Amino acid sequence: MFAVEDLSAAYGPVKALNGVTFTASRGQVTAVLGANGAGKTTLLRTVSGLVRSTRGSVQLDGKDITRTATEKLTSYGLAHVPEGRGVIAELTVVENLRLGGLHRSTGSEPMPIERIFELFPRLGERRDATAHQLSGGERQMLVIGRALMARPSVLLLDEPSLGLAPRVVAQIFDLLRGLVQTEELTVVLVEQNARSALSIADHGVVLNLGKVVASAPAAELAADEQLRHAYLGF
Amino acid sequence: MQQFLDTTLGGLVLGAVYAAFALALCLIWRSTRIVNFAQAAMAMVTTYIALTLINADVPYWVAFVAAIAAGFGLGAVIERVIIRPVEGKAELNAVILTLGLFMVLHGLTAITFGVQHRGFPAPVSTNAIAVGDSSIGITPFGILTIVVVAVVMAGLVVLFRFTDLGLRMRAAAFNGEVSRLLGVRVGRMLTLGWALAAAVGAVAGMLIAGGDLVNPAFMDPFVIYGFIAAVLGGLDSPLGSVIGGLILGLSLSYVTGYIGEHLAPLVALGILMVVLLVRPSGLFAAAAARRV
Repeated sequence: MFAVEDLSAAYGPVKALNGVTFTASRGQVTAVLGANGAGKTTLLRTVSGLVRSTRGSVQLDGKDITRTATEKLTSYGLAHVPEGRGVIAELTVVENLRLGGLHRSTGSEPMPIERIFELFPRLGERRDATAHQLSGGERQMLVIGRALMARPSVLLLDEPSLGLAPRVVAQIFDLLRGLVQTEELTVVLVEQNARSALSIADHGVVLNLGKVVASAPAAELAADEQLRHAYLGF
Repeated sequence: MQQFLDTTLGGLVLGAVYAAFALALCLIWRSTRIVNFAQAAMAMVTTYIALTLINADVPYWVAFVAAIAAGFGLGAVIERVIIRPVEGKAELNAVILTLGLFMVLHGLTAITFGVQHRGFPAPVSTNAIAVGDSSIGITPFGILTIVVVAVVMAGLVVLFRFTDLGLRMRAAAFNGEVSRLLGVRVGRMLTLGWALAAAVGAVAGMLIAGGDLVNPAFMDPFVIYGFIAAVLGGLDSPLGSVIGGLILGLSLSYVTGYIGEHLAPLVALGILMVVLLVRPSGLFAAAAARRV
């Protein structure tokens, strides 16, 4: 179980996160939704220690990882795929994947690269291409595959649908849904594209101006017309 | 024909040294986006350390290894103590710091060892090799220089292409934040990058000094020539740095051999200008898709 409690962070005098609390259960997708500037990306960056928290805690399977150095989080089983498809453009597909497996979850078996190519056959076809030659969809597959190489128990995904064609988004979300079941993953999915995210999520958390304004099963959020109009834009 | 052969061989030896030096600049540029103007002064210091050991009757090759080790340590310390605090700030800050470091190292060496010229030994002969009754324009030390630089380059290729450590170092250099999220200790990799670069610089210093005179200014021309070689090949590309070094060495050797020694610096600057005008990212720059 992955739990965030009362987490707060600030950029100078600006409070970006204000007492955010939620839990994400194993084998489930938890969508974190909200408008631009609601604090979604900051939430993930604070969890990863890229932004310092001013208050609150982050727990992973009962372990407090609030102040853990960013570099150590993969060994605790936390993988964070940052916004903007963080491939390392100069490295090849295989090198990106190898890199992902270098610092994996403590005590886990290494993930064979071939297994990633089974999940994403397209990547296997392009294994020796440098990442900057890949299309947007391929890059998104690569960063998810790279994160899986570390054998995470918790996967934080920041806007995987950004800039992708709807068909590609659907494909990636389908894959994600499958992964959650086969790999027993806990997925925290940050999305601006609330409609698509809620379609695969089990639970939804809605942020506004750094605060949680709603937290409920995904179906319930999708059915709440007022909430959708006010915060989710559909 | 004889002269052409001689100038070509001389140019290759010179080019190998420029290549090593450009490679050191390239390693630092790749990992921290800084042009290290103190590179020559750092190599000068390590060469003086080797000279001190040699004068104390330490065998040449032990002193050679000691210079490399000293370079490694010096590079690491400089990155941690001097460069780290300005990392992430304006890049000019770090560049000015390396210029300052250049002057400080110069001054300290002059104070410690004096400014007079001292002879520096070579492990093998520095007389031209004789073929029949005539001699050709290369010395055993020249051949050694080319071999050593080739070995250093091969070592770096193996490190960066085929080892996990090399992969970590490249990742840290290309994208620090993503690398941290993947568990790479980026700070440590940058320190290692500087240490390696300074070690390569130390090798270059030993090769330049061998069989010649050294004083605290003996490496100064290499600030310019190494930089030109690196820019010529593309600061981002280790292979480009090496080829840039060879091109520069050959060009300067031909100019010196056929026209006159005094024109060499002018030609070097001319090459720099042409490269900056025509292909500012260098001959071997990676595809324009950096910083995606």
